[in-house]
Amino acid sequence: MPTAAGVEARLPIRSDMDLVWVRQHVRQAAAQLGFGLVDQTKLVTAASELARNTLVHGGGGLMEASHVTTGGADGLRLAFSDSGPGIPDLDRALSDGYTSGGGLGMGLGGARRLVHDFEVESVPGSGTTVRVTSWVTRPPRQREDV
Amino acid sequence: MPEHEAGGSLGTPTHEVRDFLRRRREQIAQRWADEPLFRTVFTVSRDEAVEAGKAVVDALAQVADAQRVEDPDAAGFSAVREQLARMGAARSRAGLSATQVASELAALRPPVENLLVADLDQASPEGLRECSTTLTVLMGTLRLVAMQTALSEVQALTDRQRLQLLEVATPVIKLWDGIVAVPLIGTLDSARSQVVMETLLNAVVEQHARFAILDITGVPTVDSLVAQHLMKTVAAARLMGAECVVSGIRPAIAQTIVHLGLDLGTVKTRASLADALGYCLHELGTNIVHTAPDGAGRR
Ligand SMILES: Nc1ncnc2c1ncn2[C@@H]1O[C@H](COP(=O)(O)OP(=O)(O)OP(=O)(O)O)[C@@H](O)[C@H]1O
Ligand SMILES: [Mg+2]
Repeated sequence: MPTAAGVEARLPIRSDMDLVWVRQHVRQAAAQLGFGLVDQTKLVTAASELARNTLVHGGGGLMEASHVTTGGADGLRLAFSDSGPGIPDLDRALSDGYTSGGGLGMGLGGARRLVHDFEVESVPGSGTTVRVTSWVTRPPRQREDV
Repeated sequence: MPEHEAGGSLGTPTHEVRDFLRRRREQIAQRWADEPLFRTVFTVSRDEAVEAGKAVVDALAQVADAQRVEDPDAAGFSAVREQLARMGAARSRAGLSATQVASELAALRPPVENLLVADLDQASPEGLRECSTTLTVLMGTLRLVAMQTALSEVQALTDRQRLQLLEVATPVIKLWDGIVAVPLIGTLDSARSQVVMETLLNAVVEQHARFAILDITGVPTVDSLVAQHLMKTVAAARLMGAECVVSGIRPAIAQTIVHLGLDLGTVKTRASLADALGYCLHELGTNIVHTAPDGAGRR
């Protein structure tokens, strides 16, 4: 059984170096919860995108990681929050190729495709929180269990 | 000597301290020479330690003279800044932590304080207290100057090491006439990507390379920024007349790139470094002849 220790964390996002810690923590927490290699990679990549948005667009903030469960399934929830300018038009921000800076504009929409649950809370002028959750999918599917 | 009258007239506490430092310059330096900070750094001769101590006393007197006892940027400190940095660095090299160096610096105050108390035994308790406070502040500022200098040395060192690491981690390997490869290992942050691009382009020019292989087997995460860097590098190499091939995209990363929605369509990719080399050789028109021990396995 995975334990909360080693998964729960609050990490600052203030510099490029902090992004390295964020990725490392997510990789290690995902491995500990039993995510397979592909899902680990997806989560780490989503975290990398969202943390960089927190840093670059939100002016810095933090990531909170937690272990969640539902109906016996384990999940990893990551919340990225900043008190930056917020996202005025979320639909546009989520669309592929839209960037207000010099990026590819793939980060936010791409991160949404890499995780199971995705929600954005953003108040223009006072900040943004992006919460994502992915669930460990174990090979023996329900169908085969019955 | 400036217009200073020995004893008698009481100036401001700061000037009292200044005069005291000038008067007791020799004794203070002698006592400091026995303190670990000086004793262990100036090991050749005691005189050297005493001379170094005098320089510090002179600096303190000058700072007091300028009424800047609380100011680590006071001009008086500039003469000893480098010396303090060398002393701090020597103690760090000897294995002391920053806290330990700081407490060795703090240990310089009591001997001076004792001399001050002995010197001003005629002064009122009030006057003595004021002078003593001034001295404490001044010595605190000295400590700050020494630590600041030591820390900026450390910063400069880590910056240098970081740069070295960037360079070391980006070797360019000549695989064949006209084919160079860069195996990338670790995090491709913006600074690193810049180095990779420059190193690769230089190699393309120097080695007249027609092909450059970027092997990302050792890159743990490919997100949109890393992909953007790769594409920029490929585009720049193309401008220099070289074709780039990206190899070593592991299966998990390939799947992630697809979900992320990145289009690497403009980038030539191969599964492994060997495949990439094979492709480049083929394009160069080089024939590779497989020589099996017997002809049995050939088709
Ligand atoms: N935390 C945030 N605070 C404010 N604006 C944000 C935040 N996150 C994203 N945005 C806005 O949404 C846009 C799209 O984000 P997305 O991550 O998709 O692209 P990008 O960061 O510009 O480029 P990249 O492809 O390199 O990530 C950003 O350009 C920015 O305007
Ligand atoms: Mg982004």
